[in-house]
Amino acid sequence: MIESVVSLRLALVGNPNCGKTALFNQLTGGRQKVANYAGVTVERKEGRFSGPSGRTFQLIDLPGAYSLEAASPDEVITRDVCLGHFPGETAPDAIVCVADATNLRLHLRFVLEVRRLGRPMVLALNMMDAARKRGIDIDVAKLEAALGIPVVETVAVRRGGAAALAARLDGELPPAVLVDASSDLHAEVRAMLADAVSMPRRTAEIDDALDRFVLHPLLGLGVLAVIMFLIFQAVFSWAEPLMEGIEAAVGMIGTWVGSGLASMPMLQSLVVDGIFAGVGGVLVFLPQILILFLFILALEESGYLPRAAFLLDRLMLKAGLTGRSFIPLLSSFACAIPGIMATRSIQDPRDRLTTILIAPLMTCSARLPVYALLIAAFIPNQKVAGMFNLQGIVLFTLYVAGIVSALAVAWVIKLIRRDKSEHALLMELPSYRIPHPRDIAIGLWERANIFLKRVGGIILSLTIILWFLSTFPGAPEGATEPAINYSFAGMLGRWLHVLFEPIGFNWQISIALVPGLAAREVAVSSLATVYALSGHEEGLQAIVAAQWSMATAFSLLAWYVFAPMCLSTLATVRRETNSWRQVWIMAGYLFALAYIASFLTYQITRAFSA
Amino acid sequence: MRLSELSQGADAVVQEVENVMDGDPIARRLRDYGFVRGEPVRLVGRGPIGADPLLVQIGFTRFALRRAEAARVIVESVP
Ligand SMILES: Nc1nc2c(ncn2[C@@H]2O[C@H](COP(=O)(O)OP(=O)(O)OP(=O)(O)O)[C@@H](O)[C@H]2O)c(=O)[nH]1
Ligand SMILES: [Mg+2]
Repeated sequence: MIESVVSLRLALVGNPNCGKTALFNQLTGGRQKVANYAGVTVERKEGRFSGPSGRTFQLIDLPGAYSLEAASPDEVITRDVCLGHFPGETAPDAIVCVADATNLRLHLRFVLEVRRLGRPMVLALNMMDAARKRGIDIDVAKLEAALGIPVVETVAVRRGGAAALAARLDGELPPAVLVDASSDLHAEVRAMLADAVSMPRRTAEIDDALDRFVLHPLLGLGVLAVIMFLIFQAVFSWAEPLMEGIEAAVGMIGTWVGSGLASMPMLQSLVVDGIFAGVGGVLVFLPQILILFLFILALEESGYLPRAAFLLDRLMLKAGLTGRSFIPLLSSFACAIPGIMATRSIQDPRDRLTTILIAPLMTCSARLPVYALLIAAFIPNQKVAGMFNLQGIVLFTLYVAGIVSALAVAWVIKLIRRDKSEHALLMELPSYRIPHPRDIAIGLWERANIFLKRVGGIILSLTIILWFLSTFPGAPEGATEPAINYSFAGMLGRWLHVLFEPIGFNWQISIALVPGLAAREVAVSSLATVYALSGHEEGLQAIVAAQWSMATAFSLLAWYVFAPMCLSTLATVRRETNSWRQVWIMAGYLFALAYIASFLTYQITRAFSA
Repeated sequence: MRLSELSQGADAVVQEVENVMDGDPIARRLRDYGFVRGEPVRLVGRGPIGADPLLVQIGFTRFALRRAEAARVIVESVP
């Protein structure tokens, strides 16, 4: 195949949340993240598409911006790309400005600001479906005449909704309009709106009605609490049948494969004790992770998240944060890495740094397997008050423990800084949208893919390495203990055990923490492998329930609330803050907190259960 | 009067946005958002704790503004 030559480089520019990424995905067939709040895209992304004539275009998706006078790191990227200051690239040949047709008072001002750059430009009038539904009437010809650039209607979330745009871009683009750079943009926008747009209401009726309820001072907080609580209930009660199915299937295949390898005991051990016990131990948590993401994806698309940020802003301010930290922190429940990236949309650098530092305290989905294992082993599966699942309540409590410690840490950072100056909130609340089941299904499919790739990649490799370390060197002649006690891993576990004994960890846990540095789920698969090699036949949950004291289990739960060890998170912090110092601060304080919390939990539980 | 002093549900018209310091970035952002002379605004709601932040409708958009941010906007209330 001949690599087609890019005929034109185009950049998508516009206010936040106007549908740039949805357009990008529609045109290029990409799968970049689309969600209903300002500040979803925080990086420059590129893709390609070909127009009806077969010409190839390069398309750049950019973070949304309210102005080219950038106020946050994500806006800096957009500004630099537009001006041609982005490292290693010249300004795009043409700009595809995107505006939300239901929000033109705000968005047209930015269009006019971008027009001053004097580049060839096209305006995509997006969300025309929503505009029509609300009875908004836009005279495109008049708007085109007033702006002096081509205007194309689009519906980025509908198949073929960007075809007209692709066709227009494929045609001849008119040269840039030269405009007076000192004109009053607001006055121009008002004139254009008066001339070309008629709007029955300034806002959508449904938004007003929902906001009266959702943002009500009392009801609002109640709604928020109920939503959060429901998620955790669902993670436990819906997932159970699915998990049992996966467990049974993995077990069956493992036995079947194992019996086929009976003539080669070493290989059989690697496959059965290493791969099937280890990887299977992590795989069973797929349903829980998907249920968590089902809720996260639906909430992201609904437009509720900025509302939650609104409700919590004051609380977060007291702790030294901002409502704007809410969404990055919520993303950290999936994984701290995208959460830390999402802080780019926070304007104030101090707020941004604090948010980065506490993001790992939000319980990421990789920790869910550890929680789920220990909860299932030690907390009875019973109903409380006739309706709540006790295991769900404990899980909820662990998440809350993470959140409370995060607020406390942020508060301490504020005290240390002695910072009394003003931090900005200035946050847009988007229109509500009903999530498309198809988009959510795609989102979940992607999540499942990511998880399975992790299982098949890093988790599998670490499990195999651990199997080797736990098997060699073999037991000496006349050994009395299980062979693993003489292996490298056994020795390492014993050394680490000295450090971790005061907090109640046995040597098996101590070993499992090491590969857990690279991927937290591996702590679970490692435990499964280590115990399988120690001659235990049962499932990991049964082993843990029988072998560990309650105090040890609770101590490990407390440890994982802080879980200071995730190498990829630390690498992301290094990149985003450009400082090793912050990395050390983060790793240090997390380790200290984890150790102290586990120590207290262990000693207190022991005192009570004795 | 200031935007932060409006009562819930009240309508007003923006007079100007004050800088509280030289080149106040928050004031500049507010102007970009559309808080400019002659623009109608409405105080739609208030946060649950300490009646902060404020939910403000400007143009066709809603913004959450902290009291200190809203206090930069001088408005004239509409009966
Ligand atoms: N009804 C409707 N919704 C749309 C349309 N285009 C995008 N959306 C929705 O608008 C929201 C924002 O879309 P994004 O593509 O993430 O917007 P963006 O401009 O990339 O946002 P940032 O990256 O935050 O600047 C999402 O909820 C989309 O589903 C459209 O044409 N019609
Ligand atoms: Mg985007």
